[in-house]
Amino acid sequence: MNNHRNDAYRSRFVPLACAALGLAFAVGLLACSRGPRQPEKTVIQNTGSDTMVNLAQAWAEEYAKVDPTVSVEVSGGGSGTGIAALIEGTIEIANCSRRFEPSEIEQARKLRGKEPREFLVGYDALAVYVSMSNPIQEITLDQLAQIYGEGGTITKWSQLGVKMPDGADEIIRVSRQSNSGSYAYFREAILGKGRDFNLGSRDLHGSKDVVELVSKTPQAIGYSGMGYAIPDVRMLRVAKKAGDTYVSPTVEATLSRAYPIARELFLYTLGEPTGAAKKYMDWVHSPAGQAIVAKSGYVPIPAGGSTPR
Amino acid sequence: MFQATSFVRRKQSAEFVAKMVFLAMTVAMVVPLLLIVGYLFREAWPILSVDFLLTNPRNGLRAGGLWSPFLGTLYLVGISLAVATPIGVLAAVFLNEYARDNWITRVVNLAVVNLAGVPSIVHALFGLGAFVLFAGLGKSVAAASLTLAIMTLPVIIASTKEALASVPLAFREACWNVGASRWQTIRHVVLPNSVSGILTGVILQVSRAAGETAPIMFTGAVMFKAIQEGDLFAYGLFDQCMALSMHLFVITTSVPDVPKALPYGIAVVLLATVLLVNALSIVVRIRLRSRRKW
Amino acid sequence: MQHRRGWEVAVEKGIEALIRTCGISAIVFVFGIFFFVFREGSGFLFSRFNPLEFFGSIEWYPTSQSRVRYGVLALIAGTASVTALAMAIAVPFGVGAAIFISEFSGPRAKETLKVVIELLAAIPSVVWGFIALSVMNPLIMSVFNVPIGLNVLNGGIVLALMSVPIIVSIGEDALKAVPDSYREAALALGVTRWQLVYRVLLPAAKNGLLAAALLGVGRAVGETMAVLMATGHSVKIPTSVMDSVRTLTATIASELGEAPVHSDHYQVLFIIGILLFTITFVVNLTADLVVRGIRSR
Repeated sequence: MNNHRNDAYRSRFVPLACAALGLAFAVGLLACSRGPRQPEKTVIQNTGSDTMVNLAQAWAEEYAKVDPTVSVEVSGGGSGTGIAALIEGTIEIANCSRRFEPSEIEQARKLRGKEPREFLVGYDALAVYVSMSNPIQEITLDQLAQIYGEGGTITKWSQLGVKMPDGADEIIRVSRQSNSGSYAYFREAILGKGRDFNLGSRDLHGSKDVVELVSKTPQAIGYSGMGYAIPDVRMLRVAKKAGDTYVSPTVEATLSRAYPIARELFLYTLGEPTGAAKKYMDWVHSPAGQAIVAKSGYVPIPAGGSTPR
Repeated sequence: MFQATSFVRRKQSAEFVAKMVFLAMTVAMVVPLLLIVGYLFREAWPILSVDFLLTNPRNGLRAGGLWSPFLGTLYLVGISLAVATPIGVLAAVFLNEYARDNWITRVVNLAVVNLAGVPSIVHALFGLGAFVLFAGLGKSVAAASLTLAIMTLPVIIASTKEALASVPLAFREACWNVGASRWQTIRHVVLPNSVSGILTGVILQVSRAAGETAPIMFTGAVMFKAIQEGDLFAYGLFDQCMALSMHLFVITTSVPDVPKALPYGIAVVLLATVLLVNALSIVVRIRLRSRRKW
Repeated sequence: MQHRRGWEVAVEKGIEALIRTCGISAIVFVFGIFFFVFREGSGFLFSRFNPLEFFGSIEWYPTSQSRVRYGVLALIAGTASVTALAMAIAVPFGVGAAIFISEFSGPRAKETLKVVIELLAAIPSVVWGFIALSVMNPLIMSVFNVPIGLNVLNGGIVLALMSVPIIVSIGEDALKAVPDSYREAALALGVTRWQLVYRVLLPAAKNGLLAAALLGVGRAVGETMAVLMATGHSVKIPTSVMDSVRTLTATIASELGEAPVHSDHYQVLFIIGILLFTITFVVNLTADLVVRGIRSR
């Protein structure tokens, strides 16, 4: 008889408890989507280049201390994604390690009726990485093209005059996935526009992945932003062609254009930025923002300031 | 008189060998698991602490803790299960209690099995096409949670169905004999007695929802978002959020110069959450099974 | 006799309607997935799609400035090779473990082993990918003396460990489903447990074991994050297990985020998604038919 009472109690209790929980949860959800606990935060969406993603994240983190009412959300995805999202209108600021293509500018005009505004925020040298146990110190752009390009002829380290320890001769090419800005820049600057990469390279997902893998693989060669260097890898000195001076990727060499494979880093908005986005952009160009550029391993705009195009 | 002949001895030694071989195969799977988990814990040890869970990532995700991704994972798991559980339970009720043995039931069963086998990246594509773009939710906690809900639905349906089926027919017959309708029977007798099985299924899916990366990568998870530490209501329904699984992926592939223990620490937190939740489901299952009256 | 109040009956009818709706929701979602994935890729599919190039060429250059090529043969080879290796490891070990758990272990050991296998299944795929990168990579490099440890072998081992739980649990179900009369008849003839397994159970349960293997294949083909991090992500047809490869799933995962929405590249990635969905659908359908075959006996 006691069991009977327990059953009746339980059969009414369980659905009631579920309903109560569900109600509490729904109320909680409604509450948090209106955010009564904190003052209304302005959100700036910031997407784009994987090369710049750590820089963008460092900016966002620092800016949260400068202006706590603004929350900057950062994600990667590649310069192409950032541009597309900017044109679609889902983000306010796009990070790009390359310029808008003319077709993309056209699309922005047609779809949104606005011109993309370009803001130079720094420079990045594309460094060529090898493992510390690899004796090679320098390389030319033409040799890089022969290693990485379709129909290229260099497949062994001995062809470059390098004697590898343990006789492990095969060059292991480490690259990026096909819509990364670094991939596109390498193809344009080194392979030339009419040529593609050779298949069979290890196409890794992130700028840091490349450097990590090269550091663990003595026979590997890879390219990535110079901000991703770690102690276990060496950045090669690069020359445009045999006979030119070989230059190391440094801040000075990038600014003076002596290092041949360096690119500009941009932030793009559609039309002139206003309100919170404008304040953020101004902060990025200020000494505080530029100090973060330097700290992240990139090259800040020289003190003379930059003129946005 | 009943001494073992050589024939019997050969049979028995064959059995012994077979037993050892199968034991070795089982051990061969269990041992790597234990070794790997042990290694992860050892490497992560320097960085694990209560602080690790309660502080935000700092310094370009290289230092600090896991508060924002942890909270994001809680949100995603909570909302997705809140959506999937009612639908899943009711669908299982339909399949087990109401459905007749006709072609529609067969198709539904087939659909559940297939939904369970869909690759996680296809779920991601679906979430992108349906929730982010078509439904206009944009990349948000809402879209990501709904994607996860569809992903966890089939297992909830399957385990609820099993739980409902394990309630003896006699219970239902007793109710029908006193004139209860089908729904009354289900509500008062069948469902309360299946709670353990349903809970087990739901708890199991917590670990699946918390651990998946691909479905949330394109529908609402971001690399970084600044929120306040200790703030439980930091993410709105239409904001993007960080998540533990995404965080591990991002740190492993995109953030340079992290202290060696950090990715191990994230892996351990994720793993520990998942294992604890599974252990909880096993405990619940054992306790509720001992309370059964049949 | 007590009549039920009008609104009570109405509420109950409403709840039943709700239940029926939820019941068919599974069909709705499966078709929904196919529909939405198909919709995003359909533009390219019906205009510029070249099946000969798509299925026959290894040249995957979706972002080329000179000659765009969409050949997924190498990607299919990547998925196939990693899955094949994973199944070659997981099926024997999984079935062996299922046999051990079902026939050779006492109740305590059975519970413990089942719990351990469940925990193995619960490990998230991104953690497996991390393990592949940080633990298996150096291990393979040192044991096999190869320059790089991210390859078919790494992916195959990790996938095997991920698919084993499903093979063990369904295989065990299949062995349990063999009618007791078979076992009793065999024992009456004086067989040992090994003879019981080898001559009676395996032939009787072979449909269920086949289904278990097929579901394991489905799991392996569909896995994304772990293979993304484990296989070295290289577009080429592998000639040895030490080669790096790229799978269909990893290609979508790594390139989707960067493909501008509705561009050709984006649509082709969705077409790969359709291909994947079709493969797993066929595998799961076959497994289900095979299982249904043993249930109806």
